[in-house]
Amino acid sequence: MNGWSALDRFLHTDPQDTGCAETMDLLHAYAELVTADQNAAVWYPQVAAHVRACGPCAEDLEGLLAAIRADIG
Amino acid sequence: MAPPDPAATDDLVTAAAPDGDTAEWTRTLTGTGPDHDRAVCRLHELLLRIARREINRREARSSAITGPERDDLAHQAAADALLVVLAKLDRFRGESRFTTWAYKIVVFEVSSKLGRHFWRTAEISMDADTRAWERLPDRFGSDPAGEPEWRDLLTALRRAVETELTEHQRRVFHAIVLRGVPLDALVVELSSNRNAIYKTLFDARRKLRASLVANGYMADKPSRRS
Repeated sequence: MNGWSALDRFLHTDPQDTGCAETMDLLHAYAELVTADQNAAVWYPQVAAHVRACGPCAEDLEGLLAAIRADIG
Repeated sequence: MAPPDPAATDDLVTAAAPDGDTAEWTRTLTGTGPDHDRAVCRLHELLLRIARREINRREARSSAITGPERDDLAHQAAADALLVVLAKLDRFRGESRFTTWAYKIVVFEVSSKLGRHFWRTAEISMDADTRAWERLPDRFGSDPAGEPEWRDLLTALRRAVETELTEHQRRVFHAIVLRGVPLDALVVELSSNRNAIYKTLFDARRKLRASLVANGYMADKPSRRS
């Protein structure tokens, strides 16, 4: 990965990104759509935009997906 | 549970009919007597199992926590999550299975507790220094020595950090971007919350990129992911 473009992408902000609070409010619904392959990013574009940019919320999503999949499996 | 129907409402957060398991959880947890007590015990066991698994999954952040302390952290996360779940039961709107909603809460508790734990072992100064700036290209996967353009960009970025950001934005940028402090750990250090720190960094990123674009260091549209 080119460092310049990585910095460029880090500094880029998505106007659809509404932040951690709204994402946390919706994360359970978003995660179930992800596990069901139901176009989660179409239903919740603000959550998709946020987890692309926010490491801690992306990590929480990964943890939640792992918990759901362990339940299903 | 089925996705929300956008044709039915403008609000995407729409409750569908709860699955049987979810209905049973909400019935017993909102009730009283032995059924309620058994449900609380069962929920606690479930949250503890998820907390332990999540701590193990986050090995990069949790590897320094071992033995009884590791299990204690899982117990604290499960106990705190249980309190939150019970306190917020009336806010569960059925957009997912009940257990998914509860797992979200315990995963977040694990995040917060690992953020607090960070400062017990970290040796990171919050002050700015030249070395932190020199290491910045490494953080973005580039060697500045072979790239004169990087040096120009870094000079411009550093100038923008000093002139465009507020003192608080500068402090957050220094901690997270230059020193690699995890956002959840900075939340603890500044007695803030994740949303507020993220918003501060979001505004700082927007200002810095605008400055770099205005001065010809970056294109108006971001680079495509490589």
